[in-house]
Amino acid sequence: MAGKRKPKLAVWKFSSCDGCQLSLLDCEDELLTVAASVEIAYFLEATRATIKGPYALSLVEGSISTPEDAERIRAVRRQSKVLITIGACATSGGIQALRNFQDVEQFISTVYARPEFIDTLATSTAIAEHVPVDFELRGCPIDKHQLLEVLNAFLNGRKPNVPRHSQCIECKQAGTVCVMVARGTPCLGPVTQAGCGNLCPSCNRGCYGCFGPKETPNPASLSARFGELGMAQPAVKQIYRLFNAHAPEFQQESQRHE
Amino acid sequence: MATHYSSSAPPVRLGRHSLQALIDALRGDGYTVIGPRLEDAAIVYAPLESADSLPEGWVDQQEGGHYRLLRGERPALFDYVVGPHSWKRYLYPPRQRLWQAHKQGKGWRVKEPLDNTAPYAFIGVRSCEIHAMRIQDRVFDNGAFADPAYIKRRQQAFIVAVNCAHPAATCFCTSMNSGPRAKEGFDLCMTELLDEQRHEFLVEAGSDKGAALLTRLPHRPCDENDLRQAEAVATAASQAMQREMAPDVAALLKRHPEHPRWQEVAQRCLSCANCTQVCPTCFCSTVEDVTDLSGQTAQRWRQWDSCFTLDFSYIHGGSIRRETRSRYRQWMTHKLSTWHDQFDTSGCVGCGRCITWCPVGIDITEEAKAIRDSEGGT
Repeated sequence: MAGKRKPKLAVWKFSSCDGCQLSLLDCEDELLTVAASVEIAYFLEATRATIKGPYALSLVEGSISTPEDAERIRAVRRQSKVLITIGACATSGGIQALRNFQDVEQFISTVYARPEFIDTLATSTAIAEHVPVDFELRGCPIDKHQLLEVLNAFLNGRKPNVPRHSQCIECKQAGTVCVMVARGTPCLGPVTQAGCGNLCPSCNRGCYGCFGPKETPNPASLSARFGELGMAQPAVKQIYRLFNAHAPEFQQESQRHE
Repeated sequence: MATHYSSSAPPVRLGRHSLQALIDALRGDGYTVIGPRLEDAAIVYAPLESADSLPEGWVDQQEGGHYRLLRGERPALFDYVVGPHSWKRYLYPPRQRLWQAHKQGKGWRVKEPLDNTAPYAFIGVRSCEIHAMRIQDRVFDNGAFADPAYIKRRQQAFIVAVNCAHPAATCFCTSMNSGPRAKEGFDLCMTELLDEQRHEFLVEAGSDKGAALLTRLPHRPCDENDLRQAEAVATAASQAMQREMAPDVAALLKRHPEHPRWQEVAQRCLSCANCTQVCPTCFCSTVEDVTDLSGQTAQRWRQWDSCFTLDFSYIHGGSIRRETRSRYRQWMTHKLSTWHDQFDTSGCVGCGRCITWCPVGIDITEEAKAIRDSEGGT
């Protein structure tokens, strides 16, 4: 890269817990290489010092949940050559999208002492519902290896190796025994995108769907199986309402069980 | 396959406690011994150092989408059948680095990886699994497109087969002519002889390598009664088989590319790919190129893929099997029908893994039967 100007990287936060930005700082062994490969121009979680745009690459964490968010994401998009969203909040609205199924006015009046101070949208939505997004990196939180792969692919001008197939493929390749077949534990793995490193099934837990719906999922068939395993209708509804409740396929399936 | 399996050595008897001598002898000869072990509520294939690690007294209960281990009534070491793993994960690992390259000046220096894997000895290989290996041999050891890493691992492998005593409800090897008795393709083959009087194994050598090893183990000669008892185990297993594949399924599926049953099964199919991952003959892979952040090193990895993913059928402009219907049809028709055209054998050995490990219990024999029944007649 000698002689070439390093591409400017910006990391933006919207409605989120900051955990996905932290995944970048968690790249301990690789962090110096990342810092050597890009100019970290805007990353408030890491440093107050900022460099003005435009940016070659923007990583966007968080969902759009306030009128101010909705304005700011347009400004971010305008300054970014490539915009990649990271995490369940940015890619599907996050856990806070549970509000989309309820009356937000009622929450505000119940929870806050001074409701008039609260300025929020009725929904929490994905970044891609507001501006064009070049790539969505899933997960709650994102997987650090996948994040490095995305940065890597961007720097080397290639497509990221981030498969959209099921969590089951990851389990089987790791040799993890299926918790649903061998234990009767309901698991969202068959409708969830791989990428977490099969964290829960390898600890004998069912998948919670943190990486959102896989390509062409069939949640209706999986829900029918949950029923055969003894899961009651309200629980079937709830299992789809977690970090990716607003992802279209999970949303529709949970609504079918209301 | 260059390995030649035949031996004229007569069968012998090994006591239950001689299994440790077998494992020790194999380890002493430099093999990494892999065998059945109870891990995470299933029988998996994992490194085995002690015969005490074998799943003694366990039996498996299998149905569509259902697998449970139960305590059996006797202290047998092999009273279960196949679990979620197959030997393919050792002969054809889920992820392999094909090569790596380092930037040198304006070009690249490519280095092939050294495969230093110690030879494997597999203990407890079932007849259907030997057939599965032979099917994968046709895929990977085929002259023009041979896979040298597979061939090396396969040729070096020492195979200790076990004849199944109790098929699972999902087994259908008799109708695929692939079991339950192992007839060839092993170095040693054991039949467990267990009653009030004894706990022994009748052991046949299937290769000179196997016969030579057998002479180094404490053993006793067999008599007629032993042979009869071993034969009875295989016969009982064969008679206990509950499922069967529709006869002439290869021709049947060719007649029905547009059968409504494909749409029905697609309603249930999750396109999760579990069936292909547990199948001991499915061999599809994808290749992934990775680079390091500095762009100085590149690697090419091969990993298991599945015809159930969208990317699998991605060609210029998009995926050609967008519907689950066409993906399920592709898998089943290839496995049972067009595999014959491609490799001169069926791709199915009747092990039943795709039935058991399908999260929603789709049954390949039932799907074939439904299409068969729709034709009417006998």
